Amino acid sequence: MEMFDLSLIWALIIGFGVIMYVVMDGFDLGVGILYPFAPDEDARDVMMNSVAPVWDGNETWLVLGGAGLLGAFPLVYSVFLPALYIGVFLMLAGLIFRGIAFEFRFKSHRNRHWWNRAFCWGSAVAAFAQGVVVGSYIQGFAVEDFVYVGGAMDWLTPFTVLTGLGLMTGYALLGATWLILKSEGHVQDWAYRMVPGLLLGVLAVFAIISLWTPFVNPEVWARWFDRIELIWIFPTLAMACAVWLWRSTRQRQEGQPFVATLGLFIFTYLGLVASKWPVIVPPDHTIWDAASAPESQLFLLLGVLFVIPIVLTYTAWTYWVFRGKVKVGDGYH
Amino acid sequence: MELDPLLLSRLQFAFVVSFHAIFPVFTIGLASYIALLHGLFYRTQNPVWDRLAMFWTKVFAVVFGMGVVSGIVMSFQFGTNWSNFSLASANFMGPMLSYEVVTAFFLEAAFLGVLLFGRGKVPQGVHLFAAVMVAIGTFISSFWILSANSWMQTPAGVELMDGSFRVTAWGEAIFNPSFGWRFTHMVMASFLTGGFVVAGVSAWYLLIKRDVEANRKALSMCLWLLLVLTPAQAVVGDFHGLNTLEHQPTKVAAMEGNWETRSHVPLLLFALPDQEAQTNRFELGIPSLASIILKHSPSGVVPGISEVPPEEQPPVAIVFWSFRIMVAIGFLMIGVAIAGLWLRRGGRVYEHRGFLQLLRLMSVTPFIAVLAGWIVTEVGRAPWLVYGMMSHAEGVTPSLTGGMALFTLVGYVAVYAVVFWAGVYYLTRVVRNGMLPPDEQAVVEGEVERAKRPFSAAHTTFEQDAGPTWRK
Repeated sequence: MEMFDLSLIWALIIGFGVIMYVVMDGFDLGVGILYPFAPDEDARDVMMNSVAPVWDGNETWLVLGGAGLLGAFPLVYSVFLPALYIGVFLMLAGLIFRGIAFEFRFKSHRNRHWWNRAFCWGSAVAAFAQGVVVGSYIQGFAVEDFVYVGGAMDWLTPFTVLTGLGLMTGYALLGATWLILKSEGHVQDWAYRMVPGLLLGVLAVFAIISLWTPFVNPEVWARWFDRIELIWIFPTLAMACAVWLWRSTRQRQEGQPFVATLGLFIFTYLGLVASKWPVIVPPDHTIWDAASAPESQLFLLLGVLFVIPIVLTYTAWTYWVFRGKVKVGDGYH
Repeated sequence: MELDPLLLSRLQFAFVVSFHAIFPVFTIGLASYIALLHGLFYRTQNPVWDRLAMFWTKVFAVVFGMGVVSGIVMSFQFGTNWSNFSLASANFMGPMLSYEVVTAFFLEAAFLGVLLFGRGKVPQGVHLFAAVMVAIGTFISSFWILSANSWMQTPAGVELMDGSFRVTAWGEAIFNPSFGWRFTHMVMASFLTGGFVVAGVSAWYLLIKRDVEANRKALSMCLWLLLVLTPAQAVVGDFHGLNTLEHQPTKVAAMEGNWETRSHVPLLLFALPDQEAQTNRFELGIPSLASIILKHSPSGVVPGISEVPPEEQPPVAIVFWSFRIMVAIGFLMIGVAIAGLWLRRGGRVYEHRGFLQLLRLMSVTPFIAVLAGWIVTEVGRAPWLVYGMMSHAEGVTPSLTGGMALFTLVGYVAVYAVVFWAGVYYLTRVVRNGMLPPDEQAVVEGEVERAKRPFSAAHTTFEQDAGPTWRK
C-alpha cells in the first residue's frame, strides 16, 4: 500500500467534493435566501424553476461527503459532528424543509405562502450552519486523545456567527449571479441590482475575518505572514474575481458575473485549505492522523472512482438539458 | 430528573431509523413489482400492465423521494450521537455505508430517470431494462446496509487493535454469520410489504368499482404471490431464529421470555416479564413447544436470560412483546392469503366486500410487522452495539449532554411529523386520483417536465380543490 499515499488521494477527493457541494448547492441555497426580497410571485416561480431540476443532484455531494468522511477520515467525522451537534441538526432540518418545499410549492395553491417560507428559512438556516462549520474549522476543536471534549455550544461564537452570515451573503451572491444567467426581464433586472450590495457584504466579511483570524488562531497568521509565499496567489486571484464581478455586472454581462463569483469562492476556498494544510482536524491532527486503515481506504476508493465519473456525467447532462433561460409561466403549474 | 444522553440517543436513533425504514422496505418490494409489470407488458403488449406500471411508478417516485430525504439524516447520525462507535468501527462501517450511498446514487444517476421519465422516449426494451436495474439496485443497497447491521450483531473478520476494529478478512466481515438469513428475511418482508400494499389499494379500487379489469389482475397476481410468500417467510424466520440462537442466545431467550436454562421450555402465548424479579408473571403457554421449535425435541435444553448478569440483559418485555406482534401479524397474513385462495372459487375474491375491506386494512400490517421485527433484533442485542465487543455506553458520543440529545430528539420528531404528514397526505391524493384513463396518458406525455426528479413523476396537485380536470 506504500506505492500510493491513499490519504492524500482521499484528501483530494473529499476536497473536490466539498467545493463541488459549496458552489453547486451554494447557488440554490442562495436563491432561497433571496426569496423574501423577490419583486413578485412570478419572480419566485422563475427563481425556483431555475434550480428545481438540479438542486437534489447538488445535495448528492453532501451525502457522499458525509459517508466518504466516515470511510476515509473517521476522525473528522467523529470530531466535527459531535462538536457541531446542534448546528448539524439545524442544517439537516433546514435542508429537509427546503427539499419538500421544492416538491410541494408547485403542487400547492392555497398554501403556497407556507412553502415559500419553508424554502426561504430552510435555505437560510442551512447556509448559516454551513458558514458556522467554516468558522469552527478556522477556530479549531478541543480534542483530547482523538475524542472531542468541548462543550455543546463551542460552535456558536461571535467569530462563527460572522462566518455564518458571511457564507449566507456569499451564497446569496452566487444565487443572484445564477439568476442573472438564467432569467430575463424584470427578474434579471432585480438580480443585477442585488449584486453590488451583496458583493460589498462579502468583501466586508472577508476583511473582518482576515483581521480577526490571527486572534482566533495564531498558527494561521504565522503561515501567512512569517514568510511571503506562493499562497498569496489565492487571495490575489479572489480579489481579481471580485473586480471582474463588479465590472461585468456594471456592463450587464449575463454569464460572466456567475463565473466570477465561482472564481471568488474557489480561490477563497483554496486559500483556506492552504492556510491549514495538511491539518484536517485543527489544531493538531493531519490527514494522516485522521485516516482510516489503508485497506479500508483502498476498498472504498475502488467504488468511488467508479461512480464519480458517472455522477459527473449525469450532472453535466442535467445542466445541459435544462440550459437556457427560465421564463415567467414556464414549466409546471 | 437527570437526562440520560445514552438513552435519548438510543431513542433518537430508533425513531429516525424506524421512520426511514418504512420507505425503503416498501420501495424494494415495489421496484420488483414494477419491473415485473414492465416485463409482462413487454411480453404480452396488454396495455393493462402498462397502466398499472405507470400508476405504481408514480407511487414509487414519491416514496423513494421520502426515503432519500429521511436517509440524509441517517448518514450523519452515526457521527453526532455515536462518535466513539464511528471512530472505532469506521474501517468496516465507513466503506459499507459509503457503498450504500454510492449504489443509491449510481442507481439514481443511471436508471431512475429513465424509469420515471423515459416512457415513450426510449424503446420499450430499454425501459424494461431500466426498471429491472432499479429493482436490482434496491437489493444492492439493502445488501450493504444489512451487511453492516449483521456485522454489528455477529461481528466477524475483524480484530480489535488499540480500541479500533481493523478488517482482517473482508469476505468474513461482509458475509458474517447472521447476514444470509437476515438479508433473506428482510427481502421477503419487502416483497410482503409491496404485495399487501398493492393488494390493499387494488381492493379499495374494486370496492369503489374503478378500473375493475386492471385491479382484478393486480389483485389476483398479488394473492398468488402472497400465498407463496407468507408461509415461506415463516420458514425463513424460523431459520433466522435458529441462527440467532446459535450466535445471540440471550436475544432468543428474551424473545421466548425464558429466564432459566432448562429443558421442556413452553411456548409462551402471554406473559408479563419482570426484569427486577428475573421471572415472568401470569404465564400462559404451550408446554415444551419452544424446546421443540428451537431444539427439535421436548427435552431440548434452551439457554435462559439469566445466563448473563442482569446488566448484560436486554429489556425483556420489549423484545418479548415485539416478537409476538410480528409473529401474530405473520400468521394473520398467512390466513388472509389462504382465504384469498378459498374465495377464488367462482371469482368471489373480487367481489366479497368483507374480504376486500380486510385487504384494505391489511396494507398497514407489514409496516408494523417490519418495525416490530427490527425492534426485536435491535433491542434484543442490548447492551451491545457490536455484539460482545462494544456496548452502547462505550459507543456513545462522550461530549453529548442530555439536553443536547433531548433538543435534537424533539427536533427530529417535529421535522419528521411535518414531512410525514405532507408525504402521506400527498400519497393518498395520488392514490385517489388513480390510474389515468388511456386517453389522458397522451396529454401527460406532451406536458413539459419541470424537473427530472422523483416527485415530478407524480402529476397530482397538493390540495383537494385543485384536482386534475379530468375527474368529473
